[in-house]
Amino acid sequence: MINKLVFENLKFRPVRTTLSVFAIGVEVMLMLTIVGISEGLLADSQQRARGVGADILIRPDGSSAISLSSAPIKEGEAKWVATQPHVTIAVGSIVVPVSGLTTMTGIDFSEFDRLSGGFKYLEGGPPRQSGDVVVDRYYAQEQNLKVGSRVTLLNVKWRVCGIIEEGKLARIVAPIRVVQDATANTGKISQIWVRVDDPKNIRPVIAALKKVWPARPIYSMAEFLSLISPSNVPGLTAFIRVIIGLSVVVGFLVVFLSMYTAVLERTREVGILKALGASPGFVVTMLLRETVLLAIFGCLIGIALSFGSRYLIMTFVPGSLSQHIVPGWWPVAGAVAIVGALLGATYPGWRAARQDPIEALSYE
Amino acid sequence: MNNAGIIEARALRKVYRIGDVNVEALRGVDLTVQRGEFLTVVGPSGSGKSTLFHILGGLTPPTSGQVLIDGRDLSRISDAERTELRKRLVGFVFQKYNLLPTLSAADNIAVARFIAGRDGNHDEDFQQVLELLGIRHRLNHKPRALSGGEQQRVAIARAIVNRPAILLADEPTGNLDSKNSEAVLAVLRDLNERLGQTILLITHDPSVAAYGHRTVHILDGRICSS
Repeated sequence: MINKLVFENLKFRPVRTTLSVFAIGVEVMLMLTIVGISEGLLADSQQRARGVGADILIRPDGSSAISLSSAPIKEGEAKWVATQPHVTIAVGSIVVPVSGLTTMTGIDFSEFDRLSGGFKYLEGGPPRQSGDVVVDRYYAQEQNLKVGSRVTLLNVKWRVCGIIEEGKLARIVAPIRVVQDATANTGKISQIWVRVDDPKNIRPVIAALKKVWPARPIYSMAEFLSLISPSNVPGLTAFIRVIIGLSVVVGFLVVFLSMYTAVLERTREVGILKALGASPGFVVTMLLRETVLLAIFGCLIGIALSFGSRYLIMTFVPGSLSQHIVPGWWPVAGAVAIVGALLGATYPGWRAARQDPIEALSYE
Repeated sequence: MNNAGIIEARALRKVYRIGDVNVEALRGVDLTVQRGEFLTVVGPSGSGKSTLFHILGGLTPPTSGQVLIDGRDLSRISDAERTELRKRLVGFVFQKYNLLPTLSAADNIAVARFIAGRDGNHDEDFQQVLELLGIRHRLNHKPRALSGGEQQRVAIARAIVNRPAILLADEPTGNLDSKNSEAVLAVLRDLNERLGQTILLITHDPSVAAYGHRTVHILDGRICSS
């Protein structure tokens, strides 16, 4: 009976119910979208690194697996690495930020072809002139670029000569010399991709390189890929926690307002129930069940909305952002929504439970 | 009728504090209602009859005095016990019907049974009551689809579904036209005569009071004639 009362209450005020559910849904979507973008961006980084086909990655002193914003390694060091035992190829690349999270990579295309088998061109082909650049499908879609389009990056006017399949090295790739010169890093690189003759030689080669550069992060690719995770991104875990905290606050405020007005609106109904002998516990239980139901519906809407936000991101900004659907976070988002909603219903529920039946019955 | 009153009120006083002023709503009311009696309390607005209704219904405690309903002293019980008492001992009928707008007529009656901890199935006697009230065919409708008279008859059904010791009715015809008023009052008299339901009806209208066995008049918080 109490469930029927709850359902009928929700059905009786469809606008309030819809708005409350939608507001909780937005809260849940916010959480799932932020987490989904974090995981999506990291997964993209992993995929691009994996797509290079190297066995070892050498990064500059003091860098982490995630951050890379300078080019302090001398180009000659890559050439030296290539001469070491069991090393079949070593290719240096320079990575420079372009805007926001987007970076541009400079590389020697012929060396990269030897390392990875080369890019898969969907349109056009590799650079033939110094101002040529290739971009991946997502960046081209986001920036509305085609082969022959002009684009200004790093204060250089580039001509798009090829559009490549995503998932290899970077979204924007240009000849290394041009990128080095454009960023005043002539002769410098950011990292060295290394392939060895046999996977069982990865460890010995790393050990040998570590003797030469003890302070330099040198990863096997398996190790490097495992390090690309939220816990290794400075501030990301804290950022996600802040978003969850804000979501709790938003959920609390939405439900507080909704239930507070509902309790005021239903003062007379609460009075009727109390006149019939309903205890304060009955009234609170009714309101809390209503709240939990709103939160559950809101959660389902939020999950559906997260598919919508993914669609929008992958349609309009696929080159800048990537969002994963994160089913593992659905229970977390649901729990956060329910906790926020229950906190929001606490005071209105307490107020309703304490309502004097006589005053409530005379309420207009 | 025996001599042991189902309602025994002795020296009932109720003082409300409104701002800085004490308002004495009841100034020593003595009242006895016998089991099976249909008593009407008549008084003008502000006479204290609604306060008496609230105290007898366990909705508010008296400031002083004693009130026994079916042998239980309402003046010495806690709020929780008073809530418990309202489930079974007292049934209310209000001027504004006070049905839950979200529920059908049947569910409005069922919710009273549920709160009293009884199952949702109505026994045969209650089916007869529904027949008597003439609302059986309207039970699946929500209050907004019912006329005032029908709503009040649903409210009466809800009030007696748990077989309360007394049925308290506060101006039950106050919002009804004369035809529906007569129908509702006839139903109350039938309930009293056929089922022996004790009824205490409060009204300001002497013609309504005529339906009871006995009428008491209340004025300025005191019973002035019986």
